[in-house]
Amino acid sequence: MTSIQKPPVRHPGLRKNALGLTKRDYEGAMSTLCAGCGHDSVTAAIIEAFWELDVPPHRAAKLSGIGCSSKTTAYFMKQSHGFNAVHGRMPSVASGANAANRSLIYIGISGDGDSLSIGLGQLCHAIRRNVDMLYLLENNGVYGLTKGQFSASSDVGSRSKRGEPNVQPPIDPVLMALSLGATFVARGFSGDKTHLVPILKAGLRHKGFALVDIISPCVSFNDHEGSTKSYRYTREHNIEISWVDFVPLRRTITAPDADDALMSLTMHDGTVVRFRHTAKSYDPTDREKAYAHVRACQKRGEVATGLLFVDQDGKDMHAVNGSVEQPLAELPYEELCPGSAELSTLMEEFR
Amino acid sequence: MSALNDFAVKIATVNGTGSASANSLLMQTIFRMGIPVSGKNIFPSNIQGLPTWYEIRVSKAGYTARPPVIDLVVALNPATYARDVATVRPGGYLLYDSSWPLDPALQRQGITILGVPFGKMCVEAFERDRDRTLLRNIAYAGALAALLAMDMDVINAALNEKFGRKKALLDANFRAVRLGYEYAHAHFRCPLPFHLRRMNATADSILLDGNTASALGALYAGATVGAWYPITPATSLMEAFSGLCHEYRVDKDTGRKKFCIIQAEDELAAAGIVIGAGWAGARAFTSTAGPGISLMQEFIGLAYYTEVPAVFFDVQRTGPSTGMPTRTQQGDLLSIAYASHGDTKHLMLFPANPEECFYDAVRAFDLAERFQTPVFVVSDLDIGMNDWMCPRLTWDDDYRPDRGKVLNAEEVAKLEKFSRYLDVDGDGITARTLPAVHPKGAYFVRGSGHDKHGAYTEDAAEYQEVVDRLARKIASAANAVPAPEIHSVEGADVGIVSIGGCHAAVREAVDRLRDQGVAADYLRVRGFPFSEAVTTFLRTHATVFVVEQNRDAQLRSLLAIETGVARDRMIPVLDYGGLPLTARTVVAAVTTALGKPKGAGSRKQKGVPV
Repeated sequence: MTSIQKPPVRHPGLRKNALGLTKRDYEGAMSTLCAGCGHDSVTAAIIEAFWELDVPPHRAAKLSGIGCSSKTTAYFMKQSHGFNAVHGRMPSVASGANAANRSLIYIGISGDGDSLSIGLGQLCHAIRRNVDMLYLLENNGVYGLTKGQFSASSDVGSRSKRGEPNVQPPIDPVLMALSLGATFVARGFSGDKTHLVPILKAGLRHKGFALVDIISPCVSFNDHEGSTKSYRYTREHNIEISWVDFVPLRRTITAPDADDALMSLTMHDGTVVRFRHTAKSYDPTDREKAYAHVRACQKRGEVATGLLFVDQDGKDMHAVNGSVEQPLAELPYEELCPGSAELSTLMEEFR
Repeated sequence: MSALNDFAVKIATVNGTGSASANSLLMQTIFRMGIPVSGKNIFPSNIQGLPTWYEIRVSKAGYTARPPVIDLVVALNPATYARDVATVRPGGYLLYDSSWPLDPALQRQGITILGVPFGKMCVEAFERDRDRTLLRNIAYAGALAALLAMDMDVINAALNEKFGRKKALLDANFRAVRLGYEYAHAHFRCPLPFHLRRMNATADSILLDGNTASALGALYAGATVGAWYPITPATSLMEAFSGLCHEYRVDKDTGRKKFCIIQAEDELAAAGIVIGAGWAGARAFTSTAGPGISLMQEFIGLAYYTEVPAVFFDVQRTGPSTGMPTRTQQGDLLSIAYASHGDTKHLMLFPANPEECFYDAVRAFDLAERFQTPVFVVSDLDIGMNDWMCPRLTWDDDYRPDRGKVLNAEEVAKLEKFSRYLDVDGDGITARTLPAVHPKGAYFVRGSGHDKHGAYTEDAAEYQEVVDRLARKIASAANAVPAPEIHSVEGADVGIVSIGGCHAAVREAVDRLRDQGVAADYLRVRGFPFSEAVTTFLRTHATVFVVEQNRDAQLRSLLAIETGVARDRMIPVLDYGGLPLTARTVVAAVTTALGKPKGAGSRKQKGVPV
C-alpha cells in the first residue's frame, strides 16, 4: 500500500466542474499498488479526464480483467458500477454490457499480460466489433502480480530484474490495432499527465473503440537498467508526435489558434479535438501513414506517443447492428413479446 | 402382417443430395393425414458425400421414440447397402434403385426386395444434372406414397406451399413424385401390408424441433442479447432466434433492432458477453454444446460467484473432445452441475422434447434473474435438431418476467448504504442494482474474494459467510426448478429414473414392460438441484434403474452425490453410441437385470441387487 486513505473532508476551495463535483468525487478506494507505480498516475489522469468532461460518475461503467492494471478500476469513481472480470476477458464482458446498455460511458482497464497474451483474441475482436468504449492498456512489459516474468510486450533485449534478456519479439498494440481497423489509436506515457489527459478525453468522446496504449513503468519489476519500459528509458525515447487539446462541445473556443500546424477534428457529438503537430506532415486520419510513423520510430528505438490515428466515420457495434437508441435493457417487456395471438399464428407454420 | 399406422421406414442416402426435403415432405404428409409421426435424422459431420439416414416412425399410439424395428428400408446409398439391408426386420421390405443390377450386398432371404429405377427415370425425365440428383429423392417419396398409401392431395398441397412461386421447380417436383408413384403402382401390390390410413390425432399438434422451440422461448421471455459461437448441434438455436427477432423485433417505423446478436470469436467470449449483458440488465443467453461448456467453465464460475444472471442452452452431442458432433448424448451433466474450479453448483433444466424446450427456456430466464446465477437448459441433439410431434405452444399474455431483486432508483435512494451481498430477507438472495441506477447504487463486481458488502477480502470468515449463503441460495432453487414427473402404477416392482431426451423411449418401455408383467414406477428428473421428491422416490424403491445416455452413468453419480442414496442401489441402463434411445434397449436392460425371460408374467424379483 502506498498511502493512507485520505479522510473525506472537502476543502471549500476545491474547484468544481459543471455538475458541481470536485475531483474528489471522482476518486475511488485507496490504491494497493506499489509506491511510484505508473498505473496510479494513469488513475489520476482518468479522474482528471472524467472530471473535466463533467461525466456524472454513476453514468460510467468501469471494467477490467486481472492483473495490477485491472485492479485500478477500484481506485477511481466509486459511484460507478465496476466489473473486475476474468483474466483477459474484459472485452467480451464490456461488449455484452454495451450491447445491453449503450447509454453508459464505458472505460476498460487492462494490461499487457491481460490484453496481449491471455486476452489477445478478445482485444482484437472488441476492436473489430468497434465497441464504443475507452480501452486503456497499461503497458509495463512485465507480469507484476506474479513477480517479474516477461510479457508479450517486452522488447527483444530488454532485461529482467535478474538480468536475463528477452528473446521473443514484442507485440505492439498500436500497430496491431491499426492493422485491425481500429478507429482510435493513441499512445501515452503515465509519467506525462499533461499529454495523457486530453488523449483520454478524446477517447471518451470517440464513438467506437478507443485504444490508448500507455507506457506505465513497473517500479518493482521493470524499472531497472536494461529495461525498455522503465521511467528513464521512456522519458529518453518518447517522441511526441502530436500535441492534443480537447474542447468539449459546450465550451466556447475563445482563442482560435492561428498556428497552421494546428489541426481540428470534430467528434461525433460535436466536440473538437485539436492536434498541434510536432511533425508538420503528420496526418492522424491516415492509417497507412500512422503505421509507417510508428514503425519508423520503432526502428530508431523511439516510442511514438500522442493521438496516432482517428477515424470518425467508423460505425460502432450498435450502428452496425442497427439497434434502437433506447438501451435494450430498458425496453419494456411489452415491446419485446409478440404475444399469444402471434404465437398461435406462428404455430401454423409448424404443421 | 397388417399394421395400420404403426410401422417405421428408414431411408439411407448420401448427404448433400437433397434427401432432407424429400424426408420432410414425407413427414409433413403423414402428419397432415392426422397420423402421429416422428423423424430421426442420423447425419454425418460433413457437407456432402457421406452416408445419412432418416428414420420415420408412424405410431397411432403416439410413441415418438426412435423405432425399435424397421419395417421398410429405402436403400439408395451403395456405400451402406450391406448395413442397411441388415436393419430390415424379418418379413420386412427393401426398396432400392434398380437402375443398376441388384448389388449382391442387397440379397437377403426372408425380406421382400422392391426395385424402382429412380436414377434411370430421372435421367430420362430431367435434363440438368442437378435436377437428376435432387429429384431422385422426390421420386422415392412418390414411390413411398404409393407403397404406404399416402394421400396424394396432401403431398401436392405441401409441394404447392413450398414451391408455389417457382413454377418450373413446382412442375419438376410434381413430375418426380408421379414418376415414383406410378412406377410403384404399376409394378407392385400397393399398398404394402403396413400402411397409412387417415386419423384425426394431430389436429392440436405441431412438428417442431427443440432448437426452434428454445429460440421461441428466448423471444417470448424477452431476451434481447444473444452471443454465440457456431457449433453443432446448437447453431440452429441462435439462427432461429435471429430469424424470429428479424420478424418480431424490428421497429416498424425506424427499421431499428430491439435485439443484439453477437457472433463471438469463441465460446469464452460468448459467455463473457452474456454475463456482461446480464450485469447491465438485459436478458441474455448463449447456445452451445459440450466443447463450448468446457471453454466457458471459468466464466460460469465468475457468474456463480459474482451472482450475475445468465442463461446457457447446452444442446449435448457425443463424447469428450470433438467426439461425434452430429450424434446425440447426455454427457455434459457432471461438467455442468459443478462447472468451474472451486465450489459451485448450477441450476439445470432438462427438457424432454421441443414443447418443454419452449417453456423451460422462459423458465430459465426467470430463474436466472430470481436466483442471480447461471441457469442451464440442457437438451440434446435428438431434441434440438429433430422434428418432434408435440402440442401447439401457447402463451399466457399475463406473463411478466421475474426480474428478481433489482432495486430501482427510489429504493436505492432510501438506503443508508447499498451492500450488494447482504442477505436482508434471509432467503440467501441479495438485492442487486443495475449500472447507472443511482449514485448510491454502485458496487464493484469482483471474482476475487469479497465480503457481504462486495468489498475485497482475504478474511476466512468473511469469505465463508458469502459462499455459505451461495450454497443456501442454490439449495433453495430445488423447489423452484420443475418438479420431477412421476408415473406410478399399482404394485410396482421397480422404479425407473430417467432424464431429458430418454423420456419418450422410457415411457414406451414402461408400457412394454407392463405387457411383459413388469410393473414399473417412473420418475423423470426435470431440474437440478434435485428436490426432495427425487430422494423419496429413490428411497422408496428397492430396485431402481437409472436410464441415461452416457458411458459413465453421470445422472446416477449426480443422484448419489446429491441425495446420499448409495450408488450401487441404482442399476445403470446406459446407451451412449450416439443414436436416440429406443424402448427396446431399455426393456432388454431391465428384463435382463431382473432375470426375467421375455413375456414371463411373474412379479417376483429375482437376483436383483438391492
